[in-house]
Amino acid sequence: MVEWSDSERNIITSIFSSLDYDDIGPKALCRCLIVYPWTQRYFGGYGNLYNATAIKSNPLIAAHGVKVLHGLDRAVKNMDDIKATYAELSVLHSEKLHVDPDNFRLLADCLAIVIAGKMGPAFTSEIQAALQKFVAVVVNALGRQYH
Amino acid sequence: MLSDKEKKMILDICNRLTPIAATIGADALNLFIVYPGAKTYFSHLDISPRSTHLRSHGEKIILAIVEAAQDISQLTETLATLQTLHAYTLRIDPGKFKQLFSHCLLITLACYLQDDFTEVAHAAMDKYLSAFVAVLAEKYR
Repeated sequence: MVEWSDSERNIITSIFSSLDYDDIGPKALCRCLIVYPWTQRYFGGYGNLYNATAIKSNPLIAAHGVKVLHGLDRAVKNMDDIKATYAELSVLHSEKLHVDPDNFRLLADCLAIVIAGKMGPAFTSEIQAALQKFVAVVVNALGRQYH
Repeated sequence: MLSDKEKKMILDICNRLTPIAATIGADALNLFIVYPGAKTYFSHLDISPRSTHLRSHGEKIILAIVEAAQDISQLTETLATLQTLHAYTLRIDPGKFKQLFSHCLLITLACYLQDDFTEVAHAAMDKYLSAFVAVLAEKYR
């Protein structure tokens, strides 16, 4: 089981309670699709992904970004058992969506960069450490049910 | 593959970093807080946040990245001495360059450049840093 210090818990709940999901969600997903274009393979039915401008103005991608970010809420609310919280989602991503679990890390890295960009100098190393630890646990949990 | 447009973007960003190289470098090296295992390579230095050692070491790294960006087609020539140093003397696990340092540098760039660190600029810098660290590790084996 993952041990969280009080400081780490506070940092994570604070970050997520002040996030504008409608802004950050789309930004993180778009950044992932632009910086790591091979991740577009999972978005064949999402319309025009031809270039960065198209991706950033694609409403289906934006909506999906919001959905994914809200998915992280579950982990924030259940930090002491993220593994169990994501068991079903892990099966979904493995059995139905067939997503290579390494992609979760790519998206997590983009999310960290978007949050860092938003917070600017307020994004300290302590905050980065807590956020990286959190997303690493989430990424691990999402990859758990792949067999 | 880096397009001419990307090379220009990379050069622009790198040139912006030159006057604040020590600050950017020290911030990127705060990776020691995020990944404490990396501290093992620096037991000979004082790497507490914002220490003189951290700033001067960070500055060296950033200036090397800036210098190599002036002509990306010459990466192997530009990095020849650093390749030898890292492979034979420092022997830092090369996997750490990408996982840890590049990622932390990109985070630092996001913090400093904020909206200017667009998705396309991020992609270009990530590609450049990937090439840089790959060349840096070439002499390891």
